[in-house]
Amino acid sequence: MAEEKKTLKKVLRYIRKYLWLMILSMILAAVTVIFTLYLPILTGQAVDMMMDKGRVRFTDLHGILMKMVIAIAITGVAQWLMNILNNRVTYLVVRDIRKDAFEKIQKLPLKYLDAHPSGDIVSRIIADVDQFADGLLLGFTQAFTGVLTIVGTLLFMLRINVWITLVVVLVTPLSFFVAAFIAKKTHIMFQKQSETRGEQTGLINEMVENLSVVQAFGYEEKALQRFDVINDRLEKYSLRAIFFSSITNPSTRFVNNLVYAGVGITGALFAIHGRLSVGKLTTFLSYANQYTKPFNEISGVITELQNALTCAGRVFDLMEQEEEIPEDSKEHIDQCVGNVTIDHVDFSYVEDKPLIQDLHLSVKSGQRVAIVGPTGCGKTTIINLLMRFYDVNKGAIYIDGKDIRELSRKNLRSQYGMVLQETWLKDASVLENILFGREDATREEAIAAAKMSHAHSFIKRLPEGYDTILSENGENLSQGQRQLLSITRVILCKPSILILDEATSSIDTRTEIKIQNAFAKMMEGKTSFIVAHRLSTIQNADIILVMKDGKIIEQGNHEELLAKKGFYSELYMSQFAVD
Amino acid sequence: MKSLLQYLRGYKKECILGPLFKMLEACFDLTVPYVTALMIDQGIANHDTGRIGRYSVMLILLAMIGLSCSITAQFFAAKAAVGFATKLRHALFSHIETLSFDKVDQVGTSTLITRMTSDINQLQNGVNMAIRLFLRSPFIVFGAVICALMIDLKAALVFVAVIPLLAVVVFGIMGISMPLYKKVQQALDKVLESTRENLTGVRVIRAFHREEEEKQQYGKKNDTLASAQLFVGRIAALTNPVTYVMINLALVVLLQVSGIRVNVGALTQGEVVALVNYLSQILVELIKLANVIVVENKALACAARIESVLKKKSSLDIIEDKDTEQTANHVIPKVSFENVSLCYNESAEPSIENVNFEAMAGETIGIIGGTGSGKSSLIHMIPRFYDATKGTVRIDGKDVRTMPVEAVRQKIGIALQKAVLFKGTIKENLLWGNENATQQELDEAIEASQALEFIDKKENGLESVVEQGGRNLSGGQKQRLTVARALVRRPEILILDDSTSALDYATDAKLRSAIKHLSYHPTVFMVSQRTSSIRHADKILVLDDGQVVGIGTHDELLKNCEVYQEIHYSQYQKEEKRA
Repeated sequence: MAEEKKTLKKVLRYIRKYLWLMILSMILAAVTVIFTLYLPILTGQAVDMMMDKGRVRFTDLHGILMKMVIAIAITGVAQWLMNILNNRVTYLVVRDIRKDAFEKIQKLPLKYLDAHPSGDIVSRIIADVDQFADGLLLGFTQAFTGVLTIVGTLLFMLRINVWITLVVVLVTPLSFFVAAFIAKKTHIMFQKQSETRGEQTGLINEMVENLSVVQAFGYEEKALQRFDVINDRLEKYSLRAIFFSSITNPSTRFVNNLVYAGVGITGALFAIHGRLSVGKLTTFLSYANQYTKPFNEISGVITELQNALTCAGRVFDLMEQEEEIPEDSKEHIDQCVGNVTIDHVDFSYVEDKPLIQDLHLSVKSGQRVAIVGPTGCGKTTIINLLMRFYDVNKGAIYIDGKDIRELSRKNLRSQYGMVLQETWLKDASVLENILFGREDATREEAIAAAKMSHAHSFIKRLPEGYDTILSENGENLSQGQRQLLSITRVILCKPSILILDEATSSIDTRTEIKIQNAFAKMMEGKTSFIVAHRLSTIQNADIILVMKDGKIIEQGNHEELLAKKGFYSELYMSQFAVD
Repeated sequence: MKSLLQYLRGYKKECILGPLFKMLEACFDLTVPYVTALMIDQGIANHDTGRIGRYSVMLILLAMIGLSCSITAQFFAAKAAVGFATKLRHALFSHIETLSFDKVDQVGTSTLITRMTSDINQLQNGVNMAIRLFLRSPFIVFGAVICALMIDLKAALVFVAVIPLLAVVVFGIMGISMPLYKKVQQALDKVLESTRENLTGVRVIRAFHREEEEKQQYGKKNDTLASAQLFVGRIAALTNPVTYVMINLALVVLLQVSGIRVNVGALTQGEVVALVNYLSQILVELIKLANVIVVENKALACAARIESVLKKKSSLDIIEDKDTEQTANHVIPKVSFENVSLCYNESAEPSIENVNFEAMAGETIGIIGGTGSGKSSLIHMIPRFYDATKGTVRIDGKDVRTMPVEAVRQKIGIALQKAVLFKGTIKENLLWGNENATQQELDEAIEASQALEFIDKKENGLESVVEQGGRNLSGGQKQRLTVARALVRRPEILILDDSTSALDYATDAKLRSAIKHLSYHPTVFMVSQRTSSIRHADKILVLDDGQVVGIGTHDELLKNCEVYQEIHYSQYQKEEKRA
């Protein structure tokens, strides 16, 4: 509960900007309610004006009808304006939150982003924000209108007749209890339903995504059997959940009808004794008809509000994550020379699991450093540290003698050109993707870069050439082609330090050699770091670091390492193993 | 929707009785205003307490009968809807399992999963609502009009006039706003896409310090979404006020006309009250109807999408065995390709062009080539993942297209490029290869695939749990298990599609050697990027751009195949050149 209060406070911060709109909307809601409730009274009065044959008081009737027209007009306009205001507040708050959330992502450390699946974060920013806006803002206005209607109806009714009001007040809560009772009972069924749905979706995902394996091993029948077991269970739970929840409406309607009958009999009895006019009875009947509605709505709104607060909680949880350590740009490098020192660095992703320990390395400008070793040995981690995606736990990294923590991230990262194994392309044209690192470059420069990376020949063959729009994450290209594009992107930037993390793993070895030559030309006199598992890629490196379990176990050039007959030479020789 | 109706066939009783009970309930609803009128005209006017009591009891009885009818109807509706969805889900799942690869490629797996899950759920909801409300609401509207007409023809003309007018306005607004909602959805998709893209590419974006530009681009998309929502909101906000104003203006007119009719003695006061009640019933039902139409519209769209998947037929037909089997002058090759070409879709360049080769039983065939040269396409034609567009693929001399898909795949064990494992234990995963495999067969497969070493280290050995997608295993471990799975069935033909790429050279060599010494001597197809993996094959096919540019042994190809030389030297430059 305290948690929910906190969340609510944060939500209010966002609404504050639109406070006047909210107040106006609430005033309009009050106007709407009052005139809506006034109408049955006028209707009753009108009915009273037509007693019997020849006893219709037309002048009074016309006066009442005029009042009705005015009331209707006011209600209509007020309702319309209120709807517009509510929409406005809802959509603008959603927009503001999404904007802030997105900007927050830019500031979150990779430590957080790597640890949380992107699907989860996306669903917070998209689905949760939507649900929270709908539930909270619309729920709020609905609850507000509902309460006003209940109070208003009560007051209006009391003014006409206390006893009949008592009947209404006593019977109506029944519907509330019935609804609450059913909701409580069905909650478990819904839970079971959604659990089973989750289980089924899991199976569907697994089988459909890997349909090739399913078909290759003739597993179709068995998959279907497993599917059916869950499907039948789902049928059972769904039927119960849907049926029991659909009892709510008829049940509350039944209570409503009881109220109606109750009002009918007491009203009629009062009428017989002349203490109530037929018109007023009509007014009562129409109130009775509507009175349960706000109760039902409010009970619905309460669950919705709780749901909305949970969603809001998730969104704010994201928005309150600790940000990256703020910039400290004491120092600045224009164009670095490329001396890199990794000075006795310790690092671990998880506190108790040390990964890199006392890593020491100094690289002179123009050297080519290759890092090899088995999976999970910390190769990519070094790159994370160099780029300052993560900060070291102990020790320091220097570029041209300057601690990288004293540079702004932007300044530091602009020194590097990086190509990763997981290629990432934007949902934009080929050209825009190449220009990603240097927007000011011309089309000609981009094409020249593409020729260097040997991407030009396949780009030429795309339907629109350089202006072809790449679909979601470049799926209309092969993995190798995507890598070529990311390489082009870096070539265009002419960085001072090059970082390649398995950058050519999906490219065949012939093209790889050609690209390496291009890189070699470009990087002449510049520093580069290359992570690779293909040993052929790195034989020309000046320093080869052989890593194992976060430590450098061997260091030297290809010949030196072979001569050592250690881990590297074993690794290298195994390529030629004769079976 | 039509073709989906067959899944409702088993629920004929529910589909007829459901709406019928709903209509019964509606009839009782319609009598309430009439009974009230009687209560006023006969009870109150004559000061007859007995009648008032009787009418009140009647109202309560009506409410009770209405409740039981309604609950019965809800049950039938839920049963039919859930049953329908269950059957449809079963049918769709088993249909998807039969789809050939080209069809799956066309539709996309994520789309197929959405069809299976959220689309069917929406459709279930649609069926449920249709049974409950689609007949009831119009029935009440027309019933109320008819009751009104029976009370007084002239006064009821107001009803006849206002209903079509209301219908036009309500459905007019819906007609205008619904296409606009599609635009809102598109705008939302863009925001979602942008968020996801930013998260998956966070490293690249930060490396190129493009955070600011990304924020701006996102901001624009976000604003577009908000303004689209506001625009639609303004139109949709009209619906409620306009209906309210129209129906209440109709009420004013009704009261005016009633006044005249009462004055001439054609109408009693109680009947006026009844008419007023009928009018408000109509309003309630029209609003319900509008909501149902929105739900049904969505459901129909889902139905159409589901249907389009169900209509896709597997492209793998079985053709008649026309050609005479090659007879026994010479030994029949295990697998042969005769002038085989493959195009993935009609317009594209062929992925495989005019390939010819023969693989004898027990031979090992190596397949090598650059990225996108068609290696995987070639071997995918053996288990009929794709059928040749031209030419013939034969197994044991028989055209594969003359054999049922299952029969072909039964002979083949395949380990695909993407190492896929399923949630379950290691043993369960291996049993995919052959459900009835003996422990000895399992052991043999595990040993040959070099998986024994790490399975033994696991606490639970073969019973160790594999998480979804094999997350808890390394790439190399997964690859070895997929090879083991293929071996468990002791296949006549074994296909390894680059499925040892994550293994170090030594393990790779051991695995190859073990496969060579398998007791049942399968014909092996081994796809690889590295010449070391295939250099000892009996025959090596060198692919370049979908064409075979060389066939022979390693030594032959090194002498006479330029592409092979290039590939080889790119991997072993120093060693071999020195030699």
